[in-house]
Formats: sequence, C-alpha cells, structure tokens
Amino acid sequence: MRLHVELPGLQLKNPIIPASGCFGFGEEFAKLYDLSILGGIMIKAATEESRFGNATPRVAETAQGMLNAIGLQNPGVDAIIEEKLPFLSTFDTEIIANVAGSTPDEYVEVARRISADPTIKAIELNISCPNVKCGGMQFGTDPVMAAELTRLVKAASSKPVYVKLSPNITSITDMARAVEAAGADGLTMINTLVGMRIDIQTGQPILANRIGGLSGPAIKPVAVRMVYEVAQAVDIPIIAMGGVRTVDDVLEFIYAGASAVAVGTANFENPYVCQEIIEALPSRLDSLGIEHILDVRGKAYAQLVSRP
Amino acid sequence: MRRDVTIISNRQIAKATMEMKVRCPGVEVAPGTFFHIKTSGLLRRPLSVANVEGEEVTFLYKVIGEGTSELANKRVGDTLDVLGPLGNGFPLAQYGKRVVLVGGGIGVPPLYYVRRRLHEMGIETIAILGFDSKESVFYEEAFQALGETIITTVDGSHGERGFVTGPLARIDADVLFSCGPEAMLKAVAASPIPERYVSIENRMGCGIGACFACVCKAPEGYVKVCSDGPVFNAEEVLL
Repeated sequence: MRLHVELPGLQLKNPIIPASGCFGFGEEFAKLYDLSILGGIMIKAATEESRFGNATPRVAETAQGMLNAIGLQNPGVDAIIEEKLPFLSTFDTEIIANVAGSTPDEYVEVARRISADPTIKAIELNISCPNVKCGGMQFGTDPVMAAELTRLVKAASSKPVYVKLSPNITSITDMARAVEAAGADGLTMINTLVGMRIDIQTGQPILANRIGGLSGPAIKPVAVRMVYEVAQAVDIPIIAMGGVRTVDDVLEFIYAGASAVAVGTANFENPYVCQEIIEALPSRLDSLGIEHILDVRGKAYAQLVSRP
Repeated sequence: MRRDVTIISNRQIAKATMEMKVRCPGVEVAPGTFFHIKTSGLLRRPLSVANVEGEEVTFLYKVIGEGTSELANKRVGDTLDVLGPLGNGFPLAQYGKRVVLVGGGIGVPPLYYVRRRLHEMGIETIAILGFDSKESVFYEEAFQALGETIITTVDGSHGERGFVTGPLARIDADVLFSCGPEAMLKAVAASPIPERYVSIENRMGCGIGACFACVCKAPEGYVKVCSDGPVFNAEEVLL
C-alpha cells in the first residue's frame, strides 16, 4: 500500500503511468509484460474522426531527447471505444482517455462519448499538442480559451477531467489557476516543448512537419521546475511527465509536488521501463527511509506535508 | 525480446560500410526482419539482418551519423542491448517461381540472408545489386556463390553503369523481393513482375508499433513499417 495513490476518479496501485502517445492502446506492450502491474495507462489521443497525422519523418533524435510530430494519428473515438477499450478493460489498471480536437465542439463530443465508457476512469484534456495546425496547443496557450474549454468538457464528461498543460507559455501557473477555476479535477504536465532540428546536408528541417515536440531527459529540469511552481499555486493534484526514465526521476517529481508520474519517451528506449521502475520503487523508498511514496510529495517546497 | 548480445566481429567491408557479427543464441530470425539496437542516443537504430549462421547474426550498416559511428567503434567482446527480431519478413515459400532480388546500397543486406534461405530451399534466384561506385560494393562474391548476380554502379566504375532498373527491365520473373532507397523501391514497385515485395526503411521510434512514427500511406489508410512490415506486398503501400 506504500505505493497506492488515490486521485479524482483514479485508484492507482502505484503512481506509474505510461504517457499518452508513447504506449498506443497498450496492445504492443501487453506482449512484453502484464499491463495490470501499471498504476494506469494514458491511451493515445482520440479525435472525433480518424486522423492520419503528419507526413514522415515524424521523429528526430536530439541530445538527450527526441522531437516528434506524429500529428494525433488515431482511428477516431468510436473505433477506439469499439476496438481498443474492450482489450484494455481486461487489465486491472486505470485507463485514462486523452481527448483532442480542432474545435471546442469536437473536444466536447469526444469527451462525452469516451467518458461514457465504463473502462475510462478519467479524461486527459489535450490542449497542448504542438503538432496539429488547428486546435491543440492554441487552446493551451491562452488561459481564457483554456478555461472555457475546460468548462465545456467538464460539463460534457461523466468522468474527472485532468487538463494537460503546455510548457510553451510564459506563465504556466496562470494557466494552471485558470483551468482549476474552470473546474479541472487535476493537471497533467508537461506536454512537449516546441523544437526543430535541421539536417545540414539538405539545409532543411528533419521533420516533415518542420517543427515538433521535444521530449526525453533533456526536458526533465523544465518539467520539474514547472511542477514545483504549479503545485504551490493550485490545490488540484498533478500527474507529472517529462523525461522520466528512472525511479529517482519519479521521486524528483513527487518531491516537486506531483502525486503520480507518467513515463513517455523512455518506453521507446526500453519498452520494459515502467515495469522496471515499479519493481525498483519499494527498495528505493527503503533506502531513502520513506514509508509511503507521497510522504515526500511537495517536500521540495514545504517540510511538512500531510498525506492525501 | 530485449537481450544483450556479444560482438564477435566488427569490420569495414566497403566505403563507410561496416559488417558486425554478434552472438545471439536461441533466436529464430526470419529473413527481412530487423533488430532495434541501443546506442548512447535516446532512440534505438533499426538494423536489418544480413545473415544468420548458427548463433551468429550479421548486421551490415552504413556509418552516417552519431549512432552508427558509435557502433563502428565497438570492439569484439563488447555487448549490445538489442530488441528483436522485430517485424515481418519476406514470404519464402516461392517454390517453382522465378525470383528476382533487387537491392540498392545499404538495402542490399537483407537480400543476402533471404537469398541464402531460398537457396537452401532449392529456390533459384537472380540478384541485381545497385551501388554508387566501385568503393561502395560489398558481398559481391558471397552473392555470386548463390546464383546469377548483376552489379550496377551509378558512375559505371564497376559492373553495369546506371541503376538497377536497367537490368531489371530485361529479366522475366514471377516474384520480386526488393530493399533500398525510396526512389528505387518506387521504380521497382512499378515493374510488370506480377508479385512484388518491398522492404521499407523509415525513421522509427519504438520499433514495436506503438508510437506511429514510421507509418507509410496505404491504399486504405496507413501501415506501420516496424510492426506491419518492414516487408510489404507492393500493392499494400503507397510509396
């Protein structure tokens, strides 16, 4: 029970969750290990209709990181409900649906449909994807628009709504406060940082989309700083992500104020990384003299923090 | 699926082209499949299998960037963290058919392994291998030992001058297996040979079908190169 974390809509047996877009709908990883060991799974973004996404190349490696510009490729919300959720429902883990769209109406419709499925325990509202022309990050960089969208999706969703914040913004605490005031049940942060790589042979960007989202260990210090600031600015819980690949990375985010942690890009380097982190957590807590993992939540800014 | 393999040899065999053999026991490797190799970079490098002999798996790779430079500096006895074999290979049961193998540059390696396996099955093949120039040519003798082999070079410094499509136009075959640069695959996929299979290369993320980085358009939607391929019937993909 020392790893158990309770959050709005979610009973996590441990605070380790594969991040959206890095784990598909679980099918590939289910061949490698039992998905029931995971605290939860954030599934790939859903839009109302199926989307092909961007042209290739869609990924480029960077120093301690990678750029991606997949472009929200997915089979559409109805196909996800019919073809993907039945498989995910066979595992004893909490499924979180990532909801995206080009218009407020699309977000609302996707959230309404997918939240109605009993397999889905919470919604992750994706207002921070940098790789689509319409919607995505444009909702996540204006606190007024973000708050309005949060209100609409919250009204349409039958499950708690976690808003996924973009780091491509001047004040992430203003954004966090705005969506909290609009009714968000929690936050997930951070999405990728907008970046570019240029091939010096051709003089052109490597990604067909030209720009992409930077993820991986390179962005972890940015994410830790943002979680640290936002955790002190809001009362709703944070699921943190950004460059996590070891058990100590997880603890760093908990110390910064997160209640759970998602693992993204590291799944590509090591598809067993979530399993390995979960297995390593108890002995790492022992060696640090920590009883329950959340005993150290927010300790980076406050010495005394009570358990939830 | 993930394992540490030990390097048995790692040597240059042509211009910027290396051959690495690793010991990888207890693994069935189908021709056309690949391994996803860890370097110090964040993303793994997909390498096709050029040969399998007992426990030894051979990779050929071109030294292009940081990852492949790092591989080139590995020594005998070093270990590599690999995922694999991954993906789907060439359909081998081509009994009674005339099979032509068409490879370009660093797309040639998987065709050597497939040719060896077809040869063992008693299936005759013709190989057409295209390179930039004489210094880039590799495995010519090894291919010759398994049947008729035509070499082309763009600059004419070895074999026939020009592209693989030149000799391909005079060959009468039932089945084509191909691997190479996109422009070459496009050209050979348009050949009148009735059954055509292409092995596609793409920048990959996870290598197991989860991240949608290496997709290729298909007549109906898309396919994932890593997990649906990398070998496809040419009718299944839009190159």
